[in-house]
Amino acid sequence: MSTIELPTPDRTIIGRRGTIVQDLMRLVSPGSVISDDDGRRAFETDAFTAYKRMPLAVVLPRSTDEISRVLAYCHKHGIKVVARGAGTSLSGGALPAEDAVVVGVSRMNRVLEVNYEDRTARVETGITNLQISAEVAERGFFYAPDPSSQLACSLAGNIAMNSGGAHCLKYGVTTNNLLGAKIVLVDGEVIELGGNHLDAPGYDLLGLFVGSEGQFGIATEATVRILRVAEGARPMLLGFGSIKAASECVSGIIASGILPVAIEYMDKPAIHVCEAFAKAGYPLDAEALLIVEVEGSPDEIEALLERIGKIAAAHAPTTVRVSGSAEESAAIWKGRKSAFGAIGRIADYLCMDGTIPLGRLADALAGIGEIGERFGFRVANIFHAGDGNLHPLILYDANTPGEVEKAEACGAEIMKLCVDLGGCLTGEHGVGIEKRDLMRYQYSDTDLAQQVRIKDAFDPDWLLNPAKVFPLDLQRGARRA
Amino acid sequence: MTQIMRPTEEAELARIIADHARREAAIEIVGNGSKQGIGRPVTAATQVVTRNFRGVTLYEPSEMVISARAGTPLSTIQNELDKHNQRLAAEPLDLGPMLGNPEGAATIGGVVMANLSGSRRILAGAVRDQVLGLRAINGRGEIFKTGGRVMKNVTGYDLCRGLSGSWGTLAVLTEVTLKVLPNTEETRTLLVLDQPDELAVELMCAAMGTPFEVSGALHLDETLAGRLAALDLIEKGRPTTALRIENASPAVAYRIAQLSARFRPHGQVVELDHAASIRFWRAIQRLQFLVGTTGPVWRISTAPSRATEVVRAIRGYSELNVAYDWSGGLIWIETPASADAGAADIRRVVATLGGHGTLIRASETVRAGVECFQPLEPGVMSLSRRLKKSFDPAGILNPGRMYVEL
Repeated sequence: MSTIELPTPDRTIIGRRGTIVQDLMRLVSPGSVISDDDGRRAFETDAFTAYKRMPLAVVLPRSTDEISRVLAYCHKHGIKVVARGAGTSLSGGALPAEDAVVVGVSRMNRVLEVNYEDRTARVETGITNLQISAEVAERGFFYAPDPSSQLACSLAGNIAMNSGGAHCLKYGVTTNNLLGAKIVLVDGEVIELGGNHLDAPGYDLLGLFVGSEGQFGIATEATVRILRVAEGARPMLLGFGSIKAASECVSGIIASGILPVAIEYMDKPAIHVCEAFAKAGYPLDAEALLIVEVEGSPDEIEALLERIGKIAAAHAPTTVRVSGSAEESAAIWKGRKSAFGAIGRIADYLCMDGTIPLGRLADALAGIGEIGERFGFRVANIFHAGDGNLHPLILYDANTPGEVEKAEACGAEIMKLCVDLGGCLTGEHGVGIEKRDLMRYQYSDTDLAQQVRIKDAFDPDWLLNPAKVFPLDLQRGARRA
Repeated sequence: MTQIMRPTEEAELARIIADHARREAAIEIVGNGSKQGIGRPVTAATQVVTRNFRGVTLYEPSEMVISARAGTPLSTIQNELDKHNQRLAAEPLDLGPMLGNPEGAATIGGVVMANLSGSRRILAGAVRDQVLGLRAINGRGEIFKTGGRVMKNVTGYDLCRGLSGSWGTLAVLTEVTLKVLPNTEETRTLLVLDQPDELAVELMCAAMGTPFEVSGALHLDETLAGRLAALDLIEKGRPTTALRIENASPAVAYRIAQLSARFRPHGQVVELDHAASIRFWRAIQRLQFLVGTTGPVWRISTAPSRATEVVRAIRGYSELNVAYDWSGGLIWIETPASADAGAADIRRVVATLGGHGTLIRASETVRAGVECFQPLEPGVMSLSRRLKKSFDPAGILNPGRMYVEL
């Protein structure tokens, strides 16, 4: 079924599987190597489930030293390595290969040190995103980046993909909240970048590492910024009779100087599915819905919501509802945060992830509607409107032959539209294998060549997370041929 | 004799670089020269001046994004932003006056290449956090772009961060796209007077741990505070700890009241109103407390909880004037002139206690003789060398500016 080409695995490596597994077992603590079929099958895909490949072996080390030994071994023997956090990538970023060892950090999930004076936490990167906040919640602190998968996704994966979430309009994404990391390079060398202070000396190698999709090394420990939780936060719901009115309201809020902590957008299909699931009180008569959340003391929140209400009034809202209680706020966010799951209950879907300049929002949504119609798919739109990060969900039926390929083609058209409007192919899911072949649509060959040379600098033999990010012909091996 | 070239078009600049790459001839890259006195002196027969790459090329206030050619003066950008009541979030430093150059001369390309963020960095992030996209020319003379003009972008590697703070040693910027923020309605500042360093840092850390979004936390010792006396904001010669709140007016009033109640027991508290606050932090942005003197100046980044220990240890070797910004995480140190500007002692202390130091002001002779930037661990240096090679294989762009071997 798949339309994305994956390289032919190296048969000689696969032929040596028995020896490799034996060797790996000697390098790590007992029980850390998974080599049986059932065990490996659990790792054959990530959340981009249309693509599956059985890995050569899976190693779940318990320390940086173990990861270093595994990488040194693989490097010496020319074996590819796919790093894995929690396996929640939506772009196939953690898709294994038959000739690659999966190295997962899920067993390295301890909090090593919290310093409230400096407002930092040092953790192992297998920790889940939400667990970091949970550790410091008692003292009124939290870790800001909040991808929708934050209950499950690991910090390691967040670092690999530079993940964000609904609240990054105000608090930034992973790269803005990471101060230091311990990194194992392809040959097993361990380096420390940054530390528990702001700004690191020399080149910003840590900044370059974040978002490199597991192609530069494996981050095993990280020092993150923790922030004091606001005194309070409250969302309001704004329903509109047209996409245009909702889009203009978003621009109006930003232009007014108010910087809400989140502005989330849902179109009609999304509103209906989410309401059926979460019973959040979303207005079913609206063509578009905004969830706008502000923070501060009770008085500050009142004042900000009143101003936002006034801005919205100029765009003829059909619903204006301020959350009246903590329960109501939780329900509103539950609807949004469970949107992907809720839609998954009624159909198979492909979740796209492009960004556009905010001013082109109405054009983008109209264009996405047209593309969906052309391919014969319903498309639901849920996204972070404050920063123009779209998530069109293409609903299809996986049991109908040819539908996956058609949905992928539809998705590619939508991604291209984002680029045409001045945006980009991915705002938070990463390129992975999903958008690899579209990279030339956004970047010239010269642009890509510069990126490829940086990959060469970190991993000259291209052993780390192969077949991702760049069109295959630009990757080492293909370039040598 | 130095040949000075002033290209006006990207293609012309690319040709110049490609030609130098072929001949393996070094180039010094200069914008307006406001930070030329920082780092190791570059030895190059050619100087390329980028100040003709000028002008705002895109500004969408409702999308909070601005693009400008790299040689555009920071002041031009700020004027544009003022028209729409917006600002650069990181409050980039104007080092001109401190280095004996005019005020406001920095170019936006230089700001990104130096990544020298101001006081608001603790709340709003560094200069590099606001870079959304770049156009640049690598050491092969190839024009490339990275990033874009949208707030979120993880399409490929984050070269925007990789290039920010690289001091022109990897590529020459031609255009920069930055995220901007709305100006807040009101700014007010609390000054707590007469705190010794330890208490001041404790107090700043406590303020940063409140939910009130303090956007500036600075402590000046009595000598440096004295140099701001002309502003009529500070009583001469009294150590001063400043805490800034920026927000909508009702929020500012509430937050200032909350902070003030907490810190009044520590000492005399003075409140600066909107206009006075703006004057105070503008003076900090151009390091007014280091203007008019000539002693070596160091910028040390460390964990706030280690800040006073670092300073105490360095004081063991010489007299110092000290300012703590970023709640103690950034220390400005003015030392007496010496052959190495105190480098050996400062490096020894930082190596023991954690952090890193950059020599920001010293004579050319001193800068040629010491490492101005923090020496890197061997593994990190070797990676940096490979990164340099990936951009500039012939090593012609600002060679030696950051490190002898880069």
